[in-house]
Amino acid sequence: MTQTVQPLESVTIRFAGDSGDGMQLTGTQFTNASAIAGNDVATFPDYPAEIRAPAGTLAGVSGFQVNFGSVDIHTPGDELDALVAMNPAGLKANLDILKPNGVIVLNTAAFKAANVAKAGYTEDPRGDGSLDAFQVVEVDMNKLAAAAVSDMGLNSSVVGRTKNMLALGLMCWLYERPLEPTIDWITRKFASKGELAEANIRVLKAGHSYGETAEIFHSRFRVEPAKLSTGTYRSITGNQAVALGAVAASARSGRPLFLGSYPITPASDILHELAAHKRFGVVTFQAEDEIAGVCSSIGAAYGGSLAITTTSGPGMALKSEALGLAVKAELPLVIVNVQRGGPSTGLPTKTEQSDLFQAVLGRNGDTPIPVIAARSPSDCFDAMYEACGIALEYMMPVILLTDGYLANGAEPWLIPNFGELPQLATHVWKDADTFHQCKRDADTLARPWGLPGTPGMEHRIGGLETDIETGNVAYGGPNHQEMTDLRHERVARIARSYAPTEIDGPGRGGLLIVSWGSTYGSVRAAIESSRGDGIDVGHVHLRHLSPLPRDLGEILSGFDTVLVPEMNMGQLAFLLQATYPVRVKRLNRVEGRPFKRSEILAAIREHSGEER
Amino acid sequence: MSGQVAESATLTKKDFVSDQEVRWCPGCGDYSILSQIQKVLPELGVPKERYAFVSGIGCSSRFPYYMNTYGFHTIHGRAAAVATGLKTARPDLSVWVITGDGDGLSIGGNHLIHAIRRNIDLKIVLFNNRIYGLTKGQFSPTSEVGKITKSTPYGSIEEPFNPVFLALACNATFVARTIDREPKHMQQVLRRAAEHKGVAFVEVLQNCSVFNDGAFENITDKKVKKEQQLLLEHGRPMRFGPGGEKGIRMRDLTPEVVTLGEGGIAEDDLLVHDEAAPEPTLALLLARLGFPVYPTPIGVLRAVDSMPYDRAVHEKIAEIQKSAGPVGDAAMQELLSGRATWDVE
Repeated sequence: MTQTVQPLESVTIRFAGDSGDGMQLTGTQFTNASAIAGNDVATFPDYPAEIRAPAGTLAGVSGFQVNFGSVDIHTPGDELDALVAMNPAGLKANLDILKPNGVIVLNTAAFKAANVAKAGYTEDPRGDGSLDAFQVVEVDMNKLAAAAVSDMGLNSSVVGRTKNMLALGLMCWLYERPLEPTIDWITRKFASKGELAEANIRVLKAGHSYGETAEIFHSRFRVEPAKLSTGTYRSITGNQAVALGAVAASARSGRPLFLGSYPITPASDILHELAAHKRFGVVTFQAEDEIAGVCSSIGAAYGGSLAITTTSGPGMALKSEALGLAVKAELPLVIVNVQRGGPSTGLPTKTEQSDLFQAVLGRNGDTPIPVIAARSPSDCFDAMYEACGIALEYMMPVILLTDGYLANGAEPWLIPNFGELPQLATHVWKDADTFHQCKRDADTLARPWGLPGTPGMEHRIGGLETDIETGNVAYGGPNHQEMTDLRHERVARIARSYAPTEIDGPGRGGLLIVSWGSTYGSVRAAIESSRGDGIDVGHVHLRHLSPLPRDLGEILSGFDTVLVPEMNMGQLAFLLQATYPVRVKRLNRVEGRPFKRSEILAAIREHSGEER
Repeated sequence: MSGQVAESATLTKKDFVSDQEVRWCPGCGDYSILSQIQKVLPELGVPKERYAFVSGIGCSSRFPYYMNTYGFHTIHGRAAAVATGLKTARPDLSVWVITGDGDGLSIGGNHLIHAIRRNIDLKIVLFNNRIYGLTKGQFSPTSEVGKITKSTPYGSIEEPFNPVFLALACNATFVARTIDREPKHMQQVLRRAAEHKGVAFVEVLQNCSVFNDGAFENITDKKVKKEQQLLLEHGRPMRFGPGGEKGIRMRDLTPEVVTLGEGGIAEDDLLVHDEAAPEPTLALLLARLGFPVYPTPIGVLRAVDSMPYDRAVHEKIAEIQKSAGPVGDAAMQELLSGRATWDVE
């Protein structure tokens, strides 16, 4: 039979199942296939903190959402066009975000009475009318997978673990995604286990064939390639991009890369990624704790490395005393905080932007540190590269803020030409005759980086206050004032190098949205929608949170209303109000997920046309 | 390299004295430690610029300011962690950690044990005065039970750490103990520590003349020291006493003080020191000896060879670089591109 093919601009689907069902992997492979098919994509991996939460329960549901389209994709999507539910809990946890008439693909093998009860259903949802508004497609994935490998003599638990490939193959058929990228990946992944490779590939193909022959869908869907800039692309997550940004900055500065880090969700993947790049001389040190993570990096920076440390909020708290040392000792260092929900241990696997105060203000003493934030997964590369550049150019620690959504989310990345990345200058000093630790660069006020091992430049540094002229320990009041002023001036001067702040939309007028970090995508998507409705608003997205851009005050004063949406309780809004004579409207959500486009759109509608 | 060695051979103690006024209290044991290190370093054949001294916080941690070498006075307890980063990034340097019983064993205990566990090639000198000096006299993790201090007016109830026992429990490859008022012995021990390839942990029994004066008097005083110190010498039977008439022998698993000649006890009956024993059993046993039942062992308790962490890190990198081929712009481009790419035309 010939099925119809329905063209769509963009589609949002979610794979949901138990934490052990391989949903993250399935979603990642579907995303890669979509990217290779030429779509723009944005993803939202959403998984519990427990490695294997009780099977079949709502607490154990692991989801992976991907939005792909022929148009620019800014967010992982507000609502689902299709939901793949590997068990009743996966269905129940996500039904509220499925569009009316959306597609549900169910694994019937998991809809046994016990599983239905574990998900909190009193009766099987397939018979109680709750799914009537949707197109339900029932597939016994376990049975189909078993049939595909029946002659291989595999034990049943191995066969059971291939059912996610059945779902993936089926969804690839439904949305015309190529299987080759997944087959290549399986082949690499199970290179030494040929039997597993064959089983997974067979089941993947079986899922695809089942879509083709079983006539379970009314139509297939076609999403044409997006009109992306020409060039070579890859798919990249925020954590990968941070790691690559650091390696590139090391190569372009000529300083060996050192990472001191303690494992913490959701930052650990940066450590994993860099540990694999020893070929590039990268030294990764898995420290005994968060404090040793930053302190070892400070030691490596003292020795002349491009030193970085990676963490998340609770680890950042532990590092704060050492950050003061890096400020006082004037050593280049990049601290990456992949933010997650707080306070305390909080929501380890969920995203949030609530460490902005901590980054900007959270240290003893008057201890300014520049803070920059990435806005999308691939932007983490540029942000990290810039953070390394500032650290080296100004001889100071720099905090880079990303978050759980950026860290694990993926998008297509126009691969930069390594040869075109700017060289990063350093203050490494070689000439002993002209060396003095207090002889500052006239422009940046950076001190010379006199590396141990260089004859004739022996000197001492430390955390005690020092004399501005001699570098010796000094407790005098006027000198402390001068040194404090100097530390502030050194940070303030960074703002001179910023490009003029870009305003998307009108340069003055009614409503201005000021955003930072990962809310960029949601805000962009909402503004595009509002413009479609005839409401024009201005948008400034801040990369630099400290020091703030010098032209920001004037921009803010040109609008009647300033709206700041944040995944916190109003931290940037507070900083803006503390810095500029401006009243700020706030939109705050801390629900462990990125903003929905619709939430920001509603705020735009509410605040547009307001008089000051 | 030979040129540098020749140059360093002309170094003297003066080359290691900085222009900073030393600000320890009069009579502090730290002066002696500073002086012995300044005497030993010129003799090691290491160019002066290769030395880096890293310290934490406390009286002892002011040490780097007084050394005319590279130096980094860091934050409380973290010297071992900072030094670990420095040495891992720069294995060519001779990195010394100066710490105290509070800095190294209390706030910095975690970093100390892990640095030792990794066998990173740091020279860790722990000044043990059994008191918090810089905060003006609270009990420390090495203070004895019953110690009266400002924070224990009714006497401390805490069991103290035994620094060398702790280091050995971390499987330290070099462990020694020396005394501030025994300059020649300290020089020998420091020289041995410097020459050791791997982590070297040296406890210096150090007198705080203001807050804990005489803490080691019962071991170090001239009148009692021959009776109370067991000078360890590799391969030699363990004898002590004014005329070497006493010794240590084992009864089952318990060491016993004996007098030679009494009850037919001969030198052959005594324990023989073996600092190079592959297992730390003997060293651990020695570490437990001390006042008042036993003489206190002084000298090298353990010195065994094992791959230093920093060298292993760089050997692994070199091995991978050798098999992966040269790193240039093409390799960097390959890294950025990853495995799966697609073109948009």
